[in-house]
Amino acid sequence: MIRLYNDLIIQTVCRIMIPLIQLFAFYVIAHGHYSPGGGFQGGCILGASFILMLIAYDINWIKRRFSENKNVILIALGVFIYALVGLLCILLGKEYLNYSAFQKLIPIDIARVRALGTLIIEIGVGITVMAVMVSIFLNLTTFGKHEKGEV
Amino acid sequence: MKVFALIIVIMTGGALVYSTLDMPDWGDPNSPASLHISPRYIEKTIEETATPNAVTSVLADYRGYDTLGETTVIFTAAVVCILLLRRIEDDKTL
Amino acid sequence: MEIIIGKYNYWIYISLMMIGFYAMIAKKNLVKKIVGMNIFQTAIILFFISTAYKKDATIPILVKSQEVINPAQYINPLPHVLMLTAIVVMVSTFGVALAIIMMLYKQYKTLDEDEIIEILKKKK
Repeated sequence: MIRLYNDLIIQTVCRIMIPLIQLFAFYVIAHGHYSPGGGFQGGCILGASFILMLIAYDINWIKRRFSENKNVILIALGVFIYALVGLLCILLGKEYLNYSAFQKLIPIDIARVRALGTLIIEIGVGITVMAVMVSIFLNLTTFGKHEKGEV
Repeated sequence: MKVFALIIVIMTGGALVYSTLDMPDWGDPNSPASLHISPRYIEKTIEETATPNAVTSVLADYRGYDTLGETTVIFTAAVVCILLLRRIEDDKTL
Repeated sequence: MEIIIGKYNYWIYISLMMIGFYAMIAKKNLVKKIVGMNIFQTAIILFFISTAYKKDATIPILVKSQEVINPAQYINPLPHVLMLTAIVVMVSTFGVALAIIMMLYKQYKTLDEDEIIEILKKKK
């Protein structure tokens, strides 16, 4: 269904552009406190860079390096980070997802602690959104077919 | 059948247009949506969370539980896609 | 005239929404139905974003050096947050719907609603 399509121009342009796109995605995630951005947007840009790679290069070769199993682990990891932060807040004696509980661990200003908690869960959301985009794209384009070596 | 659908669509659209006559005007600063809770978010976001971007602070801090449910929704979507489509085959025809 | 200037944005969203609604109920092709659903959701997102707007206001990213913060100066952040999450739900429902449609096509070799019902009737 999907054939190998080697095009020098497309592959060279992608090789130059993909690191820049990924760098911009990390900027959008990390700078979400001070400018438009955040976990959802940055995760979408990061996922788009991987999808560009899958379009431009041989899809089987990419899938062997970025396999389904690793992708599913990433999907679960983001939700896990989010829920774990909430649980830590309970263990430290405050309500679920009340980040001011982290003041016991990091003794700085309470507003700064809450900004830190926000950053952690933004990273979790970004990981999940990136992996979900790549996973849905891979499953839809390849009809969910996996050869034995890829899984 | 198509004419029937068109009649239903026009009737629904007419009812919605009629209901907009009671809505606040576009860009009205005193509309009910922007008076109830959002002034508090805007006033307190730097003081309480040190985050100038009010959207981020509401998304991840004040309404963090909502966003947790959201993340779970897209997690479920990915799992459903994998469950529906995934299968392992021996042949090399992809 | 006052009414037209004040409410024309709602009418644009209603016409967009009705295009999606018509596609959902009148089209026979399942992919066209899903595209109609996406147009419908986009109209709702635009409607929510437009309720957040205030005249002569700017985006809700505050200036840190400001001493007194006037809420009328910044647009309402709450609908933006809700629609940010709604966009992600839209993407995930679109993905799941496309996956289900692919399985239907593999099973029945057609995407037309009536033909699928015919095949199901023949099986009985």
